[in-house]
Amino acid sequence: MEFTLDLDRQQIEKIEKILDEELIELGVINVILLDLAGNVIINLDNGSTQHDVYSLAALAAGNFGAVSAMANLIGEQEFSLLFHKGETDSIHFSKVTDDLLLLSIFGKEVSLGFLRLKVSEAVRKIESLFG
Amino acid sequence: MALINPKKKEVQVKIVYYGPGRGGKTTNLEYINQKFKSRIKAEMVTVKTYGDRTLFFDFLPLDIGSINGYDIKIQFYTVPGQVKYNATRKLVLRGVDGIVFVADSMGLRREMNIRSLQNLEENLRSFNKDLSRIPLVFQYNKRDLAAHNIALLPLETMQQDLNAKLNAPYLEASAITGDNVALTMKKIISITIGSLKKKLEEK
Ligand SMILES: Nc1nc2c(ncn2[C@@H]2O[C@H](COP(=O)(O)OP(=O)(O)O)[C@@H](O)[C@H]2O)c(=O)[nH]1
Ligand SMILES: [Mg+2]
Repeated sequence: MEFTLDLDRQQIEKIEKILDEELIELGVINVILLDLAGNVIINLDNGSTQHDVYSLAALAAGNFGAVSAMANLIGEQEFSLLFHKGETDSIHFSKVTDDLLLLSIFGKEVSLGFLRLKVSEAVRKIESLFG
Repeated sequence: MALINPKKKEVQVKIVYYGPGRGGKTTNLEYINQKFKSRIKAEMVTVKTYGDRTLFFDFLPLDIGSINGYDIKIQFYTVPGQVKYNATRKLVLRGVDGIVFVADSMGLRREMNIRSLQNLEENLRSFNKDLSRIPLVFQYNKRDLAAHNIALLPLETMQQDLNAKLNAPYLEASAITGDNVALTMKKIISITIGSLKKKLEEK
């Protein structure tokens, strides 16, 4: 099983454009596309943060794996909503493909419902790139 | 395989420190973190249980400069050694590029080393990977204990037990004093990068 996808410059730019238009322009602070090995594939932010994205990706991949294993233990394929709510900022995770995760960090100005809508829109567009 | 980003000209390489619980994996990373502070921009991440044991993993990113115009970002991980955490070990092994097997030189730990290596091979096999084809370095740790009259496994015994078939590079080390810790790290980086270079040249 290989986890790494080999994206060329053009594919990266297309995905960045989708994430920028769907999420960053709507007020999301930081989006990270990562693989389940914990690699950062794409990192975009609104210019006003300095998160340690490599550590975030490592922990997000581990966390996602752990939660999936929990799902299996109670007979679920997976949990569809993964969301951590903070005092000011929150994190939302979404599976893009079997090996890819999208992590969005957003503040209070963005509602969870709206974010989920936009994330699924972005995921759909990214999926269609991989055809 | 390492993740190559042709736009940012960056490569992420995943190196995992594997081995039995209490063998010194976390101590290796703590030493590297201290010693190479200037090159490590982020904090070392460690997920621990009560009592200082590694629950999930430790994570330490290290920038080592560039090769063929690509910035090389090494990502070190450790696994939790305790038998019951195998699911976590498998998660951490995903996408691994190079492995340091930290074996405990204490006489009492002989069986644990052997079992941990078998566990590594099994876990890799579940990803259809073969340990003999992954960059690997053995570190025989805790050699400093010889000076404290603690019975250590002779080097030949450890080689015979663990490395007879694999024939990988090996070092005697002490993670606590730092002896050969940086050398172990340099060795695994150079082997892992060596196998990556070809790929970068094709880009
Ligand atoms: N004497 C000695 N003790 C060590 C050495 N390396 C680690 N230790 C000790 O062994 C224990 C377990 O180390 P740790 O790094 O947590 O092991 P891990 O479970 O493999 O991550 C700790 O008490 C360390 O201080 C070494 O080279 N020599
Ligand atoms: Mg540990």
